[in-house]
Amino acid sequence: MNERPLSPHLQVWRWGPHMLVSILHRATGDGMALVGLAVLVWWLGALASGPEAYATFQAVMGSPLGMLVLVGLSWAFFTHLMSGLRHFVLDIGAGYELDTNRLWSVASPIIAIVLTAAFWAVILLR
Amino acid sequence: MGNGTSIGRVRGLGAAHEGPHHWLLQRFTAIGNVVLMSWLLVSLVMLGDFGHGNVAKWLSHPVSATAMILLVVSLFWHARLGLQVLIEDYVHEAGTKFGAIAALNLATIGGGAFGIFSVAALAFGGNA
Repeated sequence: MNERPLSPHLQVWRWGPHMLVSILHRATGDGMALVGLAVLVWWLGALASGPEAYATFQAVMGSPLGMLVLVGLSWAFFTHLMSGLRHFVLDIGAGYELDTNRLWSVASPIIAIVLTAAFWAVILLR
Repeated sequence: MGNGTSIGRVRGLGAAHEGPHHWLLQRFTAIGNVVLMSWLLVSLVMLGDFGHGNVAKWLSHPVSATAMILLVVSLFWHARLGLQVLIEDYVHEAGTKFGAIAALNLATIGGGAFGIFSVAALAFGGNA
């Protein structure tokens, strides 16, 4: 690549919620693609391989580090879900007014954290 | 004389005509993920007991097995499209990009096949 200037010039813009929700969408999506699918496939493979392989999976994912990964994946899922639903609305041409756009850019990641907490509350308190 | 700037070389060529297909598939698989992940999360909550016997019994059921296989297909397809965009955005050297996309195809098709086989083996009663 030659040293011609590239657009967009990321460093000249002040951060706004729409930029945060955009990069969160990419980060959570690619994070789940790399880590989440590995966990899913390991889970299914361990189930099919029998109780011993499954016990190994349970021991690793039930450890503090494993639980951190699972909670992180669930947060990534709900964050990606909410920003994805926001994208569906934007896709039909709605929600581009500055106030509306800011509102849902702020609301999406917050709703995602609430959903993550609610999911684990139901799982652990059941 | 050089070969012009990168934008000068493509100016006037028109659209590549392969963008909308990718864009639509990303959304179709997203809808599949919303529906099937909702099923998975509700199922996990309903399961309660995550021991091998209980989970294997649940996943062996024809409806669960079908939904899980569809989820694996939808998730891996969606992930492949997303990671492809990641590679295209950040890997600019043609040879490296080709290698990365090839590795991505191997990983997603291989991972998806393994996931589907695992569910099928469980449902058909292999050694589980």
